[in-house]
Amino acid sequence: MADRSAVAVSLPPHRMVRRSFMRRLLERRSTVALLMCSPLFLLIAGLVVYPAFYALYLAMLNRRMTQFVGLDNFAFLLKRDTFRLVIFQSCLFAVSSVVLKSFLGFVLAHLMSNIPSGRQRIWRGLLLVPWVIPLALSTLGWWWLFDPSYSAFNYLLNALGIASVPWLGVAWPARLCMITVNVWFGTSFFMIMYLAALKSVPEQLYEAAAIDGAGTFQKMFYVTVPMIRNVISVTVLYSLIVTFANFDIVRILTNGGPESKTHVFATYAFQVGIQSGDIPLGASVSLFMFPLLAVFAYFVLRNVTRRGKEMTV
Amino acid sequence: MSGAVATAGAPSRPRRRASSQRGRAWALWGSYAALVVFVFVFLVPPFYMVATSLKSDADIAAEVGNPWLVHHPTLQNFIDLFMMPTFRGYFINSVMVTAVTVSVSMVISVLAAFGLTRLGFKGSAMLASSVFLTYLIPDSLLFIPLFQVVRALGLINNLWCLALLYPTLAVPFCTWIMIGYFSSIPKELDEVALIDGAGYLRMLWSIFIPVALPGIIAATIFAFTVSWGEFLYPIAYLYSSDQKVLTVGIAGDLIRGDVFQWGKIMAGCVVAAAPPIVIYAFLMDYYIAGLTAGATKG
Repeated sequence: MADRSAVAVSLPPHRMVRRSFMRRLLERRSTVALLMCSPLFLLIAGLVVYPAFYALYLAMLNRRMTQFVGLDNFAFLLKRDTFRLVIFQSCLFAVSSVVLKSFLGFVLAHLMSNIPSGRQRIWRGLLLVPWVIPLALSTLGWWWLFDPSYSAFNYLLNALGIASVPWLGVAWPARLCMITVNVWFGTSFFMIMYLAALKSVPEQLYEAAAIDGAGTFQKMFYVTVPMIRNVISVTVLYSLIVTFANFDIVRILTNGGPESKTHVFATYAFQVGIQSGDIPLGASVSLFMFPLLAVFAYFVLRNVTRRGKEMTV
Repeated sequence: MSGAVATAGAPSRPRRRASSQRGRAWALWGSYAALVVFVFVFLVPPFYMVATSLKSDADIAAEVGNPWLVHHPTLQNFIDLFMMPTFRGYFINSVMVTAVTVSVSMVISVLAAFGLTRLGFKGSAMLASSVFLTYLIPDSLLFIPLFQVVRALGLINNLWCLALLYPTLAVPFCTWIMIGYFSSIPKELDEVALIDGAGYLRMLWSIFIPVALPGIIAATIFAFTVSWGEFLYPIAYLYSSDQKVLTVGIAGDLIRGDVFQWGKIMAGCVVAAAPPIVIYAFLMDYYIAGLTAGATKG
């Protein structure tokens, strides 16, 4: 405020100079802005937009990339049982992991907000460790925990008198293991997001609800959930995208086995496209992810664009 | 509101307060108990990784006794690892790629965020949203066409293809974080700077960067974690040992046929996970600010 009035006072003497200066400034302003954004443009245009369209083109070539085959690759994939299993497996993995992460994250956020804020730091610090370790490395740790011969988990089961479980050797246990690893990794992210959102809910709302006789669960469903709905939806959608496209966990734990029963889109695309060298088919596999991701992304963006509009120019 | 409570609840007040206090104490201790369980479960894998890394190969292979305990702790795995030239190579490669990625990403995103929030041009608000859209594109969607792009550039099995590709993963969110911080700086500051005759770059350097330093730290940490932990691009584009980075090198080179050197693998994981954990331990608040920037400000 003080600065602004000082400026206003000192203006009149050189108003003429200032006006032409401002005009030139306005002309230059957007040029400078474009220049400053150009590295970002180049990066996104060259390494995101171009590859995206290139993927569409690639997916319509034959294996040797000599002939245009239209949608044959997609049709071929949809006829294969392995690929149908990939679709099922990816959806199962993403949906059940995200539901579990969201639920546990919600519970954890409430537990955290129950304890005094001075103590929260240390607990938050410990709970976020799974999220901080690079996923590829912690999955290696899980793999070792699941190892059939010297398995740490089987040791515990045997100690309780239960027979060993071939954790990653049979399809269903392997699927559950993948979901477990993903839930272990991602729950703390949900907790952090929900905890930040919980802190923004005004205390008076809970007091008012208490006066109206609301119990704990009523407070949760009629005050907390509506108030943090926006954060819940952004977090869930974002996590659905990331989980759906996950590569690290499946690649390290099972690499799609046993008998290609546990592949997800990313690992199957890797196997087909990079390892077997059928680039067009691999590109078609990962393009199958696109429609679903686009729907999720649309809803995330709808929640987020408000920020873009609020952004002052 | 509180007046109404006081009059309505007056007769039974002492009892209700006592019971609600007891309820609160229960909630508190219940929460602590549940948190202990969660922390315990969450820390099982890291604990087991560290425990294994302290065991000798003989101990691991012996298959007797409780695998959860370390009977003869030794640092031999770590010593062996650092004596291996390939492992030192992975570490150096990871450090180099990450350093380049982080600096390139930060320059690109700070410039772009400044241009978008402070200077602006037609459609800059739309562009800001589409930057966020790019953030939502996962690495596994485009890695196959990118394989062709990398091959055309002659960078297959070249470490530096990662430094080219990682910024696509880091820049969108870093830009987003910086847009948030830059928009919160009052407009008056720029006017003053412009009237004092500062150019735009000078304005950015001497006003915006110092004021938005917390955002810069948060974005830097984000770029660091992305490029340190990325797994798909290195496994898809690199195959020889001298070009690999930590995430793929550990799994790839310590498993020879059916021989899994678990002690060394876990020691490698511990070493590779240490830098993010150390950064996190010292800069937890910035780390969390970066994490939540997407949702709470949106």
